[in-house]
Amino acid sequence: MKPLSRNAMAWRAAQDLYEGMYVNLGIGVPVMVPPYIPAGREVILHSENGMLGFTGLGKDEVVDPDLVNAAKEPVRLLPGGVFFDHATSFTMIRGGHIDVALLGAFEVSERGDIANWTVDDPGRAPGVGGAMDLAVGAREVRVIMEHTTREGEPRLRKTCRYPLTAAGVVKRIYTSLAVLDVADGVLVVREILEGMTFDDIVQRTEAALRLAPDCRPLRTPIA
Amino acid sequence: MLDKRVGSAAEAIAGLRDGATILLGGFGTPGYPARLMDAVVASGMGDLTVVSNNGGANGSGLIKLISTGRVRRLICSFPQTAGATEFQEAYAAGKVMVELVPQGIISERMRCAAAGLGGFLSPVGVGTRLAEGKQVQNVNGRDYVLELPLKGDLALVRADRADRWGNLTYRKTARNFNPVMASAAAVTAVEVREMVDLGALDAEAVATPGIFVDRVLVTG
Repeated sequence: MKPLSRNAMAWRAAQDLYEGMYVNLGIGVPVMVPPYIPAGREVILHSENGMLGFTGLGKDEVVDPDLVNAAKEPVRLLPGGVFFDHATSFTMIRGGHIDVALLGAFEVSERGDIANWTVDDPGRAPGVGGAMDLAVGAREVRVIMEHTTREGEPRLRKTCRYPLTAAGVVKRIYTSLAVLDVADGVLVVREILEGMTFDDIVQRTEAALRLAPDCRPLRTPIA
Repeated sequence: MLDKRVGSAAEAIAGLRDGATILLGGFGTPGYPARLMDAVVASGMGDLTVVSNNGGANGSGLIKLISTGRVRRLICSFPQTAGATEFQEAYAAGKVMVELVPQGIISERMRCAAAGLGGFLSPVGVGTRLAEGKQVQNVNGRDYVLELPLKGDLALVRADRADRWGNLTYRKTARNFNPVMASAAAVTAVEVREMVDLGALDAEAVATPGIFVDRVLVTG
């Protein structure tokens, strides 16, 4: 069974964003989410570098070098979008004004701990960006990440092996194989990639798992 | 007549000394004061502490300072940006000590200094490696770490328009750290795209009041 592509994971996470939500998207798969937000839903995107109300740039649109998102990619401001400085931006983040932070991660534990800022490579400078502020400040933290590493090691762990970004903050995880919710030290499996079984997920996961009674097949319209 | 304009980038950074702390605006390229940083490179000053969200793009003044070992300490949240191979090389060669600080804590520590406060209690990073050694205080059942103010000797800021009183407006996401840095240093030098007559800026749109600004250089 082929795992979901990064685009397909972004699509799935986008389906859970609703009208009126203020959402911050982290670097990696999260910033790929905007085009997959269902048409007609006004989801207001927030960017750490001081912007609310923007969307991805279309193919033929002119790039403005002064208009970028947190991943430093060019974007387009929507009517109603605004700019502000960093202190105000993180007032929004830490003050609980952001409804959902969608973050990438290296690992998530069964208690909802997240590790996403360093793999302790001594030759490479670590970067934390706004992840620690978002992880403790957003009203809800959701993670998008591959279910396993390239070597096939589980990223959903009993305890994170990499240094933590924050402890016990993650509510939902979208992986390349499943959708899971964190509940009292267990990850509840809500959706499983079509064609795979709960046992397949257990084999690729270290964290404690429980199958939701209403677990559904995970289907996406894009590969 | 009050006029904060200066004639050269060297004049804008005059007084910079070895060992100084520089608050450097910008988030990636937007809002990065390239001409002022080139003047810092030309000044020959070293042993600097630089507060900058990123470690510098290839060819930038910041990376020139780092590569030549003139930045003792870089206080930043995300030093290694995509494509910044020169930073990667300088870091791997041990040319700079990186002090990693969560992005919103960098800005809030400067805001704290700007506002004359002695510190603040933050829930960010509690229990993680980045909070090691920091004083922990429990308030109403939640743990916080004590974060201290971060003040600069010199702030280098990029704005869009200025008037001779030093009032500033910014352009789009080039605003980022610039307003808080402008307010948190002993001396604030600004480079702007254009200078306008006093009264020409919309008073409602000024994001940095001139009280925070000392020197303005028009760079176009």
